[in-house]
Amino acid sequence: MSLERPKPRVAVYICHCGKNIADVIDMDEITEYAKHIPNVALAKNYKFMCSNAGQDLIAEDLKSGKVDRVVVAACSPLMHEETYRRVLRENNFNEFFFEQANIREHASWVNLRDHKGAMEIAKDHVKMAVAKVSNDRPLIRQKVEVTQEALIVGAGITGMFATLDLANKYKVHLVERTPTIGGHMAQLDKTFPTMDCSACITTPKMVEVGRHPNINLLTYSEIENVDLNVGNFEVQVRKKSRRINHLICTGCGACGEVCPITVPNEFDYNMGYRRAAYVPFPQAIPAQYTIDIKNCIECKLCVDACEVNAIDFNQEDEIIDLKVGSIIIATGNDIFDPSKLYRYGYQKYKNVLIAIEMERLLSSTGPTLGKVIKPSDHKTPKRIGFLQCVGSRDFHEGTHKYCSRVCCMYAIKQARQFKEKYPDSEVFIFYIDMRTFGKGYEEFYEIAAREYGINFIRGRIGEVFENNDGSLIIRGSDTLLAEKYEIEVDMLILSTAIEARKDADEVSRFFGVQFSEDGFFMEAHPKLKPVDSLSPGIFIAGTCQAPRDIPDAVAQAKAAASSADNFMFSGEVEIEPYYSMVQPEICSGCRSCIPLCPYDAISFDETTNTADINAIKCKGCGVCVASCPSNAIIQNHFTRNQILSEVRALKPWENYIKEN
Amino acid sequence: MVEDSDFEPYIVCFACNWCTYTGSDQAGVSRMQRPADVRIIRLMCSGRMEPRYAIEVLKNGADGVIIGACHLGDCHYLEGNEKAVRRFSVINSFIKQYGMNPKRFQFWHISASEGAEFTEHIKEYVTELKKIGPNPRKHIAAKEFKKLEEVVI
Repeated sequence: MSLERPKPRVAVYICHCGKNIADVIDMDEITEYAKHIPNVALAKNYKFMCSNAGQDLIAEDLKSGKVDRVVVAACSPLMHEETYRRVLRENNFNEFFFEQANIREHASWVNLRDHKGAMEIAKDHVKMAVAKVSNDRPLIRQKVEVTQEALIVGAGITGMFATLDLANKYKVHLVERTPTIGGHMAQLDKTFPTMDCSACITTPKMVEVGRHPNINLLTYSEIENVDLNVGNFEVQVRKKSRRINHLICTGCGACGEVCPITVPNEFDYNMGYRRAAYVPFPQAIPAQYTIDIKNCIECKLCVDACEVNAIDFNQEDEIIDLKVGSIIIATGNDIFDPSKLYRYGYQKYKNVLIAIEMERLLSSTGPTLGKVIKPSDHKTPKRIGFLQCVGSRDFHEGTHKYCSRVCCMYAIKQARQFKEKYPDSEVFIFYIDMRTFGKGYEEFYEIAAREYGINFIRGRIGEVFENNDGSLIIRGSDTLLAEKYEIEVDMLILSTAIEARKDADEVSRFFGVQFSEDGFFMEAHPKLKPVDSLSPGIFIAGTCQAPRDIPDAVAQAKAAASSADNFMFSGEVEIEPYYSMVQPEICSGCRSCIPLCPYDAISFDETTNTADINAIKCKGCGVCVASCPSNAIIQNHFTRNQILSEVRALKPWENYIKEN
Repeated sequence: MVEDSDFEPYIVCFACNWCTYTGSDQAGVSRMQRPADVRIIRLMCSGRMEPRYAIEVLKNGADGVIIGACHLGDCHYLEGNEKAVRRFSVINSFIKQYGMNPKRFQFWHISASEGAEFTEHIKEYVTELKKIGPNPRKHIAAKEFKKLEEVVI
């Protein structure tokens, strides 16, 4: 037959992955097995295929002309597919003549004790990869132009730093849900371990963000819709109505003064009050006022009070269309609500607070202007306790298994601040382990214990009771002394966990980012791609990815900014050529594929009476391929032949027949 | 049907690249141990799954077929998994027509973070398949092996 292709000559390389695979799967046996799979020209094993030496091994064999297709049996293709494809590319072979058999995550690691079973799976995976690579076709990646603008979602410390880093080179849109930028860091009084005033280091950055000519600041705005075209993301942002024209408002505050409505201030964690016409805190950026539609009674006193006539009760939500080349998600975290852990008495006993509330009490801009008071009688407490790991390192339902990383440090910091303000007081910290991991943190902890005389007691609290006067009795057991303790304190502060945002699934749906087990967003690789998501051009940074402290969040912000810069800099991006194609000679023109395409990539050509797929719009899901009644559509790299050859490479009867 | 609870079921899983495949990777990274019975074939989306693949696998004597898809609403390709769900019921009716036990064909929603769920599901499924017994087509498939071999590549 003239259509017959030359017989593929496949090289199979089995990776030991140090001992990760070699400990479970016998390398010689599987290499010997691979040699006898049809189409295999040679099979070798090597300690680390991904190392330079391993890659050279592939390159040598390719250059020798003995082989033209490559299978590497090693880790997951999500990890190293790109590495090996590069080897083929550099040696003038089409990079899609490559398949990776996953024998680490899917065989050796899940069957550490069942060596025989792991071997069977590894053999099957190698066999399938050989069958698939034999049917691979040469493909070319298409290039798409990248828009030279970026979108940052969330204007906390992470979002602000990422924005500032990118803004010198690109136009950056910064979207923030609340009326002001600054995030959690703006709520803090001081930062560990240097005891810098948090506002003093945040506000200059906030001003910089507000003033930068390249930054389009969209506060009080939410993402409405995202069209995920790699390199040209089309984003709709809803700019919520503030009922105040920000182009005119001078931020004089006259409207806030006359507003008769007082509501708890979210910024003070509901401990202070604000008006319905408000700025969350005096240094807010933008400094213009917002009318909180939910609480406004439309008395319109503010309309008369406003001297510049900025108030407009007819203002409507505005939809803004953006087109950006890359996106950084920095949506931050929520704070664990300990009221469901009833034994600690939060919201049951007045004098049990959470750390962020304590932070606001300690803050000189807080509701008490820096005076720590007991909520029960507004007097200064004499003895206070901090309970660590509330909601983290806990296996009960509704709590988190992970360590929130910052709680040990902020508890020590607050304890020291309290001691500085009230030297006669007594402070207890109840902990499981003190984890002071960062630069200068251990010294900070040591000074707290040695010079401030803070009492560290190892052992989580069992129960808390309230006395008639509002003071609290704490019971628990000291695991170092192996004895029970009962301590009376005036106030108990719960060091609550950092947890993923409650509406994180909405963000994940918009941007197609995956979750980790703990509810935070998942990075593409925990070590090597810490700020990349699985979708090219979308990056994740800060506490939306995992609990972290400010230095780490800033480092991630800068990493994400430089990755985004790297992504946009060349001006074009290569897209995986997994798109589908219609074979017009087979297409019957039934049009059943057209309504199935979620991207409207399929059109109908009236002249030829066939369907046609736009390769740029197609994302390569293959739904149309599976639905085509005449098998006229093929998906690159996942053709029907390839999947069937994988299926047929398996021999499910073999072992059973042998054994019976 | 052969009464035989010692046999190791042979399961083929068609996994969506974005969720179940990644979830299975996560199970591997966390060293979650599962019975060594599952072979995973990567598809870009569960919507790519054709009835033919499942039937071919069962015809060849596999004891179970799994489609691993994202949770509804979380599809990387917007709605590919919804189409897969609809197709699943069609495939299921085929399988009944072929005289096979419909329990041999499963549709699971496993997200990228649910390696533990994937492992648990597999353990349960293996126990169930052991109760059902081996696929009776194994012997026929073995006889047809020669014929198949010619078609393979």
